Amino acid sequence: MLPSAEIILIAIALLMLGSATLAMSLRNLIHSALLLVLNWFAIAFFYLWADAEFLAFAQIIVYVGAVSMIVLFAVLLTRRQAADNTQKLRTASRTLSGLLAAAATFILIVWAIFKNNITAANPADKLPPTVDVKEIGQALAGPQIPALLIVGVILTATLIGAAIIASPIEKTED
Amino acid sequence: MTRENSILETFPLAIRDWVCAFFPENLHWLVSGLLVIIAILTVFGLGFAFITVAERKFLGRFQNRPGPNRVGPFGLLQPFADAVKALTKEDIIPAAADRILHFLAPCIIVAGTLMCFAVIPYGRHLVPADLDAGLLYFFAAGAMTELAVFMAGWSSQNKYSLIAAMRALAQLISYELPLLLATIPVVMVAGSLRLQTIVETQSAAAGLKAGFLPNWHLFSPWGISAFLIFFISAIAESNRSPFDLPEGESEIIAGHLTEYSGFKYALFFMGEYFGLIAFSGICATLFLGGWQAPYAALEIIPGYIWFGLKVAALIFTFIWIRATFLRLRIDQLMRFSWKFLVPLALINIGAATFWHLTTDWQGAWWHVLRWFIALTLMIAPYSAIGRRLFSGLGTRTYEYAPE
Repeated sequence: MLPSAEIILIAIALLMLGSATLAMSLRNLIHSALLLVLNWFAIAFFYLWADAEFLAFAQIIVYVGAVSMIVLFAVLLTRRQAADNTQKLRTASRTLSGLLAAAATFILIVWAIFKNNITAANPADKLPPTVDVKEIGQALAGPQIPALLIVGVILTATLIGAAIIASPIEKTED
Repeated sequence: MTRENSILETFPLAIRDWVCAFFPENLHWLVSGLLVIIAILTVFGLGFAFITVAERKFLGRFQNRPGPNRVGPFGLLQPFADAVKALTKEDIIPAAADRILHFLAPCIIVAGTLMCFAVIPYGRHLVPADLDAGLLYFFAAGAMTELAVFMAGWSSQNKYSLIAAMRALAQLISYELPLLLATIPVVMVAGSLRLQTIVETQSAAAGLKAGFLPNWHLFSPWGISAFLIFFISAIAESNRSPFDLPEGESEIIAGHLTEYSGFKYALFFMGEYFGLIAFSGICATLFLGGWQAPYAALEIIPGYIWFGLKVAALIFTFIWIRATFLRLRIDQLMRFSWKFLVPLALINIGAATFWHLTTDWQGAWWHVLRWFIALTLMIAPYSAIGRRLFSGLGTRTYEYAPE
């Protein structure tokens, strides 16, 4: 009675690609930003489809909850006037080079998928690995601890930099 | 018949099984899902209605006046009169407004806060979606509402709405950090993100804290601090007084809600009150033992009644705080969050780690020492930071009206 896994995957892929296409093609920047947020939701649904619960909710909290704010603040604080645009957007050379880049990426990805012979794999290997939240935690605190420490250092540097940039310039009295 | 399977605890499951029996086997997931949705909408929809009248009555009593008392006995049918008013008001949309976003913003707020209700354990067997990462799901569903606040402010094409939406957004993301940091000690002690597991670690069967207190996280030294930080951040996250600068009437008319009228305005407030109930539910789950009774002898009363009593007590405290405190300015808000709550929450994680690693200290004097060290780890930074932040201000003087 439930639609099969493939149909759900195709629906999620259509949502993801459709929102990305619309986001890239609309003129209104805020609408593009909000469609990009819809794209991130679709990625989270994809993670849920692949049984990666923790990753899906982390995706929503980080991307929809935080990165979307950054994008919207940046868009709103650096508003482009219509007169700033000095180039024509849709020229023949731009369309051609866009299509070439997309075709090259597509061929590369398809070649990488078929090179690994996924369809001829052992059926027993087709079950996805189930990763517990607890295992993720233990992996992060154990073998993958360098990643956590490096991210912590980058975050500290970012916060210090943001505080310095945002602080008012104080005039010292001589 | 054990406590787990007593008739009072399991009768909601019996109702669900009885309804599902009418449908074929492969539709049971759909029918039980729809039943849960109908139950949540009914219970929390009526809860929202009666919280609005309870708030107005309590605010009235705090301010020495009766509150609404015309509609129905003691004014209890007031929310239905308010609903009729909201539904029949003209829906005004500014001519230059972005119609799609203007329409979507209240819907997304209500959708986000309703989705938060899916993981809260209401009773011993009553969790709509028993996810392994339940707490993470709760915060993910709440993240959508912040986006909707921005959409509301921007789509109104009103510069005051936009400024207010930016301030509201700044407040929401500032207080999300202490909110999440305050829940980390609970997850650490419980060892899981699953909310039923967190409730079960606070069961009365594992003994009482300090001999007479219920075994709730609230009654441990790190729990008091974490509960207070979570509570204050929840008030800020649902834009309630004293953090209601985004929608205060004397500040910026109605902030991001200025251009909304009629039913959409009611939807925004429905979202805010649903968020309040959801935060009370999670607070009760994390710190007050969820659906557990305080003492083992009281477990005759089923879990959902205890849960309802705890949520009601928390909502009464929210209303009490609204009646008591003054509104904070935006810079006071931000300073309070970043300079006070975040460092305290981080130090609280350290105190909770100490508590968690010393659970095997047995004996009365060791127990006292453990409490003393953990409390010192919390209270010393609190007074140090408090002293530092208030260092430039003079003593507070009060003037009272003449008799």
